[in-house]
Amino acid sequence: MSLKSISYEDLSSNFDEVEAGLSNREALEEANRCLYCYDAPCIQACPTGIDIPTFIKKIASGNLKGSAKTIMSANPVGASCSRVCPTEELCEGACVLNHATKPIMIGNLQRYATDWAMKNEQLLFTAGEKLGKSVAIVGGGPAGLSAARELALLGYDVTIFEAEEKAGGLNTYGIVSFRLPKAVSYWEVEQVKSLDVEIRTNTRVGQDISVKEIVDCYDAVLLAIGMAHVPSLGIPGEELAGVYDAIEFVKETKTKPITDTLLGKKVAVIGAGNTAIDAATCSVRLGAENVKILYRRTLEEMTAYDFEYEFAKQDGVEFRWLTAPTKLIGEKDKVVGIECMKMELGEPGEDGRRRPIPVEGSEFTLEVDAVIKAIGQSRYLDLIEAFEISHDGGVVTIDSETFQTTNAKIFACGDVIFGKGQGEAMVVSAAQQGKQSAYSIHQLLVPTMETV
Amino acid sequence: MADLSINLAGIKSPNPFWLASAPPTNSGYQVQRAFEAGWGGAVWKTLGEPIINTSSRFAAISFNGQRVAGFNNIELITDRPLEVNLKEIYETKKRFPNHAIIASLMVEPQQEKWHEIVKKVEDVGVDGLELNFGCPHGMAERGMGAASGQVPALVEKQTYWVKEMAQTPVIVKLTPNITDITATAEAAVQGGADAISMINTINSLAGVDIHSWNTIPHVAGKGAHGGYCGPAVKPIALHMVGECARNPRINIPISGIGGVSNWENAIEFMLMGATGVQVCTAAMHHGFRIVEDMIEGLNNYLDEKGIASVNDLVGKAVHKYSDWGDLDLNYKVVARINNDVCINCNKCHIACEDTSHQCIDMLKDGEGNPILRVREEDCVGCNLCSIVCPVDGAIDMVELPNEFPPMTWNERQAAIGALACAVDTVK
Repeated sequence: MSLKSISYEDLSSNFDEVEAGLSNREALEEANRCLYCYDAPCIQACPTGIDIPTFIKKIASGNLKGSAKTIMSANPVGASCSRVCPTEELCEGACVLNHATKPIMIGNLQRYATDWAMKNEQLLFTAGEKLGKSVAIVGGGPAGLSAARELALLGYDVTIFEAEEKAGGLNTYGIVSFRLPKAVSYWEVEQVKSLDVEIRTNTRVGQDISVKEIVDCYDAVLLAIGMAHVPSLGIPGEELAGVYDAIEFVKETKTKPITDTLLGKKVAVIGAGNTAIDAATCSVRLGAENVKILYRRTLEEMTAYDFEYEFAKQDGVEFRWLTAPTKLIGEKDKVVGIECMKMELGEPGEDGRRRPIPVEGSEFTLEVDAVIKAIGQSRYLDLIEAFEISHDGGVVTIDSETFQTTNAKIFACGDVIFGKGQGEAMVVSAAQQGKQSAYSIHQLLVPTMETV
Repeated sequence: MADLSINLAGIKSPNPFWLASAPPTNSGYQVQRAFEAGWGGAVWKTLGEPIINTSSRFAAISFNGQRVAGFNNIELITDRPLEVNLKEIYETKKRFPNHAIIASLMVEPQQEKWHEIVKKVEDVGVDGLELNFGCPHGMAERGMGAASGQVPALVEKQTYWVKEMAQTPVIVKLTPNITDITATAEAAVQGGADAISMINTINSLAGVDIHSWNTIPHVAGKGAHGGYCGPAVKPIALHMVGECARNPRINIPISGIGGVSNWENAIEFMLMGATGVQVCTAAMHHGFRIVEDMIEGLNNYLDEKGIASVNDLVGKAVHKYSDWGDLDLNYKVVARINNDVCINCNKCHIACEDTSHQCIDMLKDGEGNPILRVREEDCVGCNLCSIVCPVDGAIDMVELPNEFPPMTWNERQAAIGALACAVDTVK
């Protein structure tokens, strides 16, 4: 969808999935273009190691169920990943045809096969023979679901504790509908549920059930709680009406009816990660007249994927680099402006990125009707503390091989271990960590058995 | 999970996918790799008096950029000593007792030669024998292979000699390089064969290099005809399997060979009467791993159709394969073009206009947009437009209600004959 095609009459239609998906003919032609490499680099480039040539060959032969199974067996959230993975940096970037013609559209083919399975209501797996051991998984996002699926295949009694009304985590609530419709995430949740995995939704660990009960009652625990809300900007005016948390903002577009609150309004998004892009493109689709992304560094340091950046530009989002907010200005408790300062880049900081330094006397004010904060996510510190495991500012300490925390029966994976140079932020990495955690738990609980 | 196991004339295998006697089954190492990958059986590269092979042996046809649409080879039978092959067959069978190993054999058309080799291979534990009466090149110049297989009397006699000695089932592999394959198939039945397999490769010359004027492939600037196989030959093979399957005098199982590249092709061969299939070119193009999709695709197909065993497919389409004279002349289909799907390439129009029945008009709709429309009264239902159409769903071939009761050519001729007789009687 380009800016031109955004509907100002029917805002909710703007949230339909942007990409149409391949037609049968497109999929067949593309699948037959795949060389079916042996020991293919695309497999190496996939964090979950999907056997890509095989699933593509199965599309070509008409074995779509087998194709979906090949994908989902390696990646329990493979339908979501086909839509949100930065494929040009992963599988498609590694395709040997980059050096000959043009790479295979692996992401789109993966979507084609999983869409088929979804449309045809296929259940792809059956639970393993029961081992009589139980595992509690805290958090039903990509990492937790992936671990649950592998553990269920191995024969564990798995219970997922999910604070929200639905499982799926980021895929259900955090990624905009026009990229990843909820139905896709729900289908992946169903695949896991169908293996007798119990998913206790609306159950917040620490409130609805005690940490002690979980640690005591299960043979092992996996912490896959992800990250929390957007932290405070630390500037005056954050309490004003019209100031939003980007995570909550996106979630509302996926859980509540679309409103015209932002129709014709001016929106400023603070931050330049993928969530900032999501907040900005959501604002465009909610009918905002002007959407700016304010970032205190430059394009170089931005963490959003290239394709996300391109997507936002196509949507007409303005990028203001080297711009930091210093104050939100209110009128009658409502935000009306944002005072900013220009920045310049100084020496690299701890994370290797050049630090922004304010330029004196560069203050200026932007007129805005809404401000969306997207400067990262805070951690569920209290919950992590309650498990009495080591962490570094909310980044849970793990053995990088086993995902084991400082408590031998508690493991952790996904965003809760991401940060401070540890882990990866991608959904596909969370899925892989979930699998690896499951194998480590298996190793711990049934050490005599062969691991997968 | 459907039952994929088959029993072809007493040769059992866990699935119907066998590797054909060819380069992929040249050694124990290869056959064991194939079994590890999932192949149900393997017909060992033909054993006989070791020969010398040429360097440069294969060629393939690319069609519009699609590689290996057809494949051509001038390789002969095994070039390794018989004892080495026998040792490896023994070891492979020991490691994979539930997989089928069939020894392909070719010797000079003499009774004692056949007796001798049959005894040797059966002693190492093969599950069956396949007599190579099909190799079209090289060996045929020495009076073996297709040279034997093109003469029904020789097929019958050699099969008989083998059956005199054989304890295991005997499959006779037939050459397609003959006008009517049922003649040699019947000869095999007469000789006592337990099964037949078809087709071996078709005489071919893959190409001529237009710059060097060498044949493709060439050996030091000279070429000889080879054997053609791969996806391009599938229709020829399917026809021959069907002709044998529907012939009441050929009442033994068929192992289908010729361009089988995936599970769908295998189903086609089985529906047309094959008990199992043999594959070579697809494995040579992609490796043994292709069998995973073949097995899974076949299984998913059977599950989806609610068919418990793959054996329930065998021959199910044979009764639908008949003589031209038995086709209903009053059956009518016509083409209908869906202009909402059509992309206006006009390929159907020009194909019909120049080469068929001039019944697709290029028109404009009310708004001046180009549309295509079939004049159904002039359409003969030839299918050409739907064949050349590049878009799925743009052209439907639609059945029209029969204006007259069904009437075949044979029925028509019989009716006219009867009428003539009646007229004669009146006279």
